[in-house]
Amino acid sequence: MVKFVVRDLNIRFKSVPALKGVSLEVKAHEILSAIGPSNSGKTTFLRTLNQLNALNPHLTMTGSVLFEGQDILKIDVELLRRKVGMVFALPLPLPLSIFENVAYGIRMQEIKDKKKLTDSVEEALKEAHIWDEVKDRLSESAFKLSGGQQQRLCIARTLAVKPDVILFDEPCSGLDPISTARVEETMLKLKEKYTIVLVTNNVKQAARVGDRTAFFLGGELIELDNTHKIFTTPSDKRTNDYIIGKFG
Amino acid sequence: MKRNPHLTQKIAFFLLLMATLLIVVPVGLIVVIIIQKGLPAINWQFLTDIPRQGMRAGGIFPAIVGTAYLVGGAIVFALPIGVLAAIYLSEYSKENVLSRIIKLAIINLSGVPSVVYGLFGLALFVVFFKFGASILSGALTLGIMILPIIITSSREALESVPDSFREVSLSLGASKWQTIRNIVLPNAIPGILTGTILGLGRAAGETAPILFTVAAFYLPQLPESIFDQAMALPYHLYVISTQVPNVDEKIRYGTALVLLLLVLFMNLVAIIIRSKLRKNKKW
Amino acid sequence: MRKIKELIIEKLILLCGLAAIFFVVLIFLFLLKEGLAVFKMVSPSDFMFGKSWYPISEPPKLGILPLIMGSLVVTFGAAVISIPIGVGCAVYIAEIAPGKIKEVLKAGIELLAAIPSVVLGFIGMVTLVPLVKNVWHLPTGLTALSGSIMLAFMAMPTIVSIAEDALYSVPKNYKEGAFALGATHWQTIWRVLLPAASSGILAAVMLGIGRVIGETMAVMMITGNAAVIPQSILVPVRTLTATVAAEMGEAVVGSEHYFALFAIGIVLFIISFIINVTADLFLHRKQ
Repeated sequence: MVKFVVRDLNIRFKSVPALKGVSLEVKAHEILSAIGPSNSGKTTFLRTLNQLNALNPHLTMTGSVLFEGQDILKIDVELLRRKVGMVFALPLPLPLSIFENVAYGIRMQEIKDKKKLTDSVEEALKEAHIWDEVKDRLSESAFKLSGGQQQRLCIARTLAVKPDVILFDEPCSGLDPISTARVEETMLKLKEKYTIVLVTNNVKQAARVGDRTAFFLGGELIELDNTHKIFTTPSDKRTNDYIIGKFG
Repeated sequence: MKRNPHLTQKIAFFLLLMATLLIVVPVGLIVVIIIQKGLPAINWQFLTDIPRQGMRAGGIFPAIVGTAYLVGGAIVFALPIGVLAAIYLSEYSKENVLSRIIKLAIINLSGVPSVVYGLFGLALFVVFFKFGASILSGALTLGIMILPIIITSSREALESVPDSFREVSLSLGASKWQTIRNIVLPNAIPGILTGTILGLGRAAGETAPILFTVAAFYLPQLPESIFDQAMALPYHLYVISTQVPNVDEKIRYGTALVLLLLVLFMNLVAIIIRSKLRKNKKW
Repeated sequence: MRKIKELIIEKLILLCGLAAIFFVVLIFLFLLKEGLAVFKMVSPSDFMFGKSWYPISEPPKLGILPLIMGSLVVTFGAAVISIPIGVGCAVYIAEIAPGKIKEVLKAGIELLAAIPSVVLGFIGMVTLVPLVKNVWHLPTGLTALSGSIMLAFMAMPTIVSIAEDALYSVPKNYKEGAFALGATHWQTIWRVLLPAASSGILAAVMLGIGRVIGETMAVMMITGNAAVIPQSILVPVRTLTATVAAEMGEAVVGSEHYFALFAIGIVLFIISFIINVTADLFLHRKQ
């Protein structure tokens, strides 16, 4: 099963190319990690998958992205974003209570059934491994949680909408090693139910959790292969140089 | 001879301090004088009685009520339009010629002399729409006058809501309007409130726009409908200071004090909301 | 269903977004509608440069030159007073005043901006007018000078706050560069900061003057309202705004006098339009 098929994707910011001719597939129930130095285009790539790039009027896109066989430009954008959830680089709770953060996406579908709402919230919080820590303080502001807890809350918030794919945009960049380990643990468990695309600056993180790894450089996809292969015998010298830390 | 730069600096800084004091000290004096001379006039009767003996005695109640009606009407008209316009500018407009023209129009609207608003209100509401000199005409005129204040401050408040909140909301499948309604607007409310109160203060203090649209020279009764004329505090102060001879100074100062306090109170509330807002930023 | 509702709301938002343009145009159109009729009776040049304003004589004389001169004299006086003091105060607040005092001063300036013009007019009448009368031994203190002083005050908040913004937005490294070269604080202000902020300060001055020209109540209460071409600043004058405010109450709708007052409104609208657009250009050049 293939979730995303990306063909010859080009994105320009004003006149500067941000992605050049990227073609790849995202398979169901895999963790595909994208690595590369900053400005390599990996985050731009990620934000194409849920059409968040469309918010920026200066970005223009050519090429095609198919989600479950359908052109994403032809899918209702709200529906697409429900199917393709996103966890952002910094923990970004909305200025609402813990409960309301998780319930937000469901409420936006105009689901008013109170029981269904609380059940979905609980389920999502359990799935994100944060239920035990917050179950007694659901009405508190989400800002009272620690950074790591906030990030897992954000994961729960994404799960509550019941997506197929979850996009992680450098989800651990602001976290300490212990919180990072917990988020990674969560990701590995989520893989059973969801497809995950992970953008990370942390090469070791890609090695730890990724099934396959894509290396981006200067807006191009240099290499995409099994994580093990990328980290042991990459076929492109630049991939090797980046992984061993010659640049980045 | 070479000038000593440090001496020059001392002289220059002294002059700058003098310039500052020349503004701030008179402001303080004005407030103190009005409070000192106006306070003795203020009592329950002054605030709740109608003017008597050709405004030489009695109270200013109808003027207070008139001003309240006008300010309330102006806000009812200007707040929804102003906030929606701010939403347009902050959330929908792109950087193009149209948004540039809108911004210029707002700047111009805020620069139009108040007496020109009075003329406009007279021509459009009083004469053209045949509302006559009435609370309705005056409130609409004041409403258009404070529109730029409300648009500008609401827009600032909306734009200060971080983009990341919008992205999060959209990424969860919310539509653009849902995002604005549930995330952007609630977080901008303190800022919008600040602008609204400043607008209220402005509307309460202005005289020229109501001169020909609503203001009654001497009307010792309360308005009964929005098509009635009404007295208003600023106009009443103008009338008893320049048009009516032999008014007890106490009454003049008392009226000035009530108007000043009303306006300063609104500004104070706005300032408090604003500083609280700065401290309590949740992000 | 929700989509339709949202579509309607978004159309409404666009409509309100255009409201500012709509109202500016509407104001101008209605001024023209009521004001242009006066030019059937008096030519535009006679209107602008006619030396007598006797709107209710028979036939009426509708020359607004005395009013223009009145506005100019009062505005000029106010500018002379308010520009140096206002810019000086802005420099003091932006550069010299320490933290707490700065906040107090800014609050004081905001306070001044908030005082209704009719209250300032009243205070001017009871304090400034007798003062001017006694100092210069005049028959009346209701003069252009009193108006200028009072209006200077009303222009200050605009000048101070915009000029202070302009000074504040000068990049910090300009200042640090000058300090590094051994300049004193004052030399840095005078040679680096003020020139760098000049277009913003110019805009501040223009907007301050715009406020003065458009000010109505205070000026009507303390300038004496004599519609004659002023020969000095110590005589009563009558400004464009005060004329409209004072006479519209008595003008009969549809009379020549009524049209002429609206024509004055057109003049005021155009002046404020020019000032605001130019000031905005200066403010944008800065960025």
